[in-house]
Amino acid sequence: MAEKTYAGVTVNVNDEGYFEDNKQWTKEMAAEIAKEMDIELTEEHNKVLDFLRSDFEEKGAIPSMRRMKKAGDIPTKDFYRLFPDGPLKKSCKIAGLPKPASCV
Amino acid sequence: MKIILILGAGTAGTMMANHLNRKIDRKNWEITIIDEHQTHYYQPGFLFMPFGTYTEKDVIRNKSDFIPKKVNYIQEKIEKIEPEQNKVSLKNGEVIDYHILIIATGTKIAPDEIDGMADENVWHKDVFDFYTIEGAKALHNRFKNLNEGKVVINIAEMPIKCPVAPLEFAFLADAYFTKKGVRDNIDLTYVTPLSGAFTKQNCSNVLGHLLGEKNIKIVPDFNIEEVKGTEKKIVSYDDKEIDYDVLVSIPTNMGDDLIDNSDMGDELNFVPTDKNTLQSKNYENIFIIGDATDLPSSKAGSVAHFQADILKENVMNFINNKPLHPDFDGHANCFIESGFGKAFLIDFNYDVEPVEGKFPFPVIGPMSLLKESRLNHFGKMAFKFIYWNILLRGLPMPGIPTQMKTWGKKL
Repeated sequence: MAEKTYAGVTVNVNDEGYFEDNKQWTKEMAAEIAKEMDIELTEEHNKVLDFLRSDFEEKGAIPSMRRMKKAGDIPTKDFYRLFPDGPLKKSCKIAGLPKPASCV
Repeated sequence: MKIILILGAGTAGTMMANHLNRKIDRKNWEITIIDEHQTHYYQPGFLFMPFGTYTEKDVIRNKSDFIPKKVNYIQEKIEKIEPEQNKVSLKNGEVIDYHILIIATGTKIAPDEIDGMADENVWHKDVFDFYTIEGAKALHNRFKNLNEGKVVINIAEMPIKCPVAPLEFAFLADAYFTKKGVRDNIDLTYVTPLSGAFTKQNCSNVLGHLLGEKNIKIVPDFNIEEVKGTEKKIVSYDDKEIDYDVLVSIPTNMGDDLIDNSDMGDELNFVPTDKNTLQSKNYENIFIIGDATDLPSSKAGSVAHFQADILKENVMNFINNKPLHPDFDGHANCFIESGFGKAFLIDFNYDVEPVEGKFPFPVIGPMSLLKESRLNHFGKMAFKFIYWNILLRGLPMPGIPTQMKTWGKKL
């Protein structure tokens, strides 16, 4: 457990930098988190982040890669282009959501 | 006469039939359960078949043996659910009007969802599953004569039922080839779309060393796009390639086609369900249990068992116009075979990840959580008896709590 400051606000993050409490996240923080991964957010990125947040709210879980494509309307190749090399885990971190995980 | 209709006579459906059979007022209610298949498989047993520990006879029974006599059992394919009309139509033309519907139609593998996987020159030739009896048997035949080569275990996408099974498979394969004396000539690689074999910090801390110790390679963040059968390689969406001699695939897991035909599911045919009451999010007289839900809980037999304890009460509450209890906490309790006669046990729910401790009782256990032990392995093997004789019949298991307990756990 550690603390980080985004958009002037101190938040709690775990050892891998994911938000401990996703409710601490605000949209303004996204750009700073993305910058740490050398990603500059565009409208396209924000569309992904919006879907992640709303779907997590509704389902209580991170959407799967398939769900990103079908329900989120974000083609997989585009998803990889926007968040290279591990798109789901990167976009979740930027969106202040937990890391996609299994039970163990 | 009002009807409670249960779709699916697998683990969850069978438990519900048994539970509700003891609770309903028979003057006004009857129960009907429908399944197109005759055979009930002990699915946790499939894991042991490729390695010769179990054979067919260990995992096969007749579904009818577990349905109470007073429950109407129909063996027929279900075509469509019409929730607005409270009716279900069967392949033989029969239509059943229900007052309460319980969807227990489960989850199955869908290899044709991955390009190139279901090809007839590929599937069960060099690419196998162990989530079906056919796959487990075919894999046994292949492993019998395999003394060298690259064995790749790949999870196509999440969610899958029994999320720990691929890991167990890797551990058991390591033990199997070691006992055969050929482990040095077998390359074992675990390829996952997740960021690691263990994604929970605690599990990773406690168990993470195991893969290195057993010389099992890991390729994380691999989202498979296709199987190139002739070249014997799998390719990811971002063009990473992995060669194999034998591919043990855990393909895409989806809910039953019936859910798609009825337009009642999400993109994987899972039905939107309230995560605590198990009531349908869209129809108040429909409940969903087991692998068929869209819940963030694991898809596992133990989860269905704990759900059944809660759902039987909520169905009765619904019948009696009482409020539903939001009691399901996502509790799961699973053994993880680690090879050479040992296993782990994990116990967790929606909010609490697997941690060390004792189960079911603090200090005295006797099972150890997140610790390798021979007793845990014994527990896993003994579970077959418990499954056929106690669990499926909805009989109580004293000491095993429906909701996860924090006592005995190192939180």
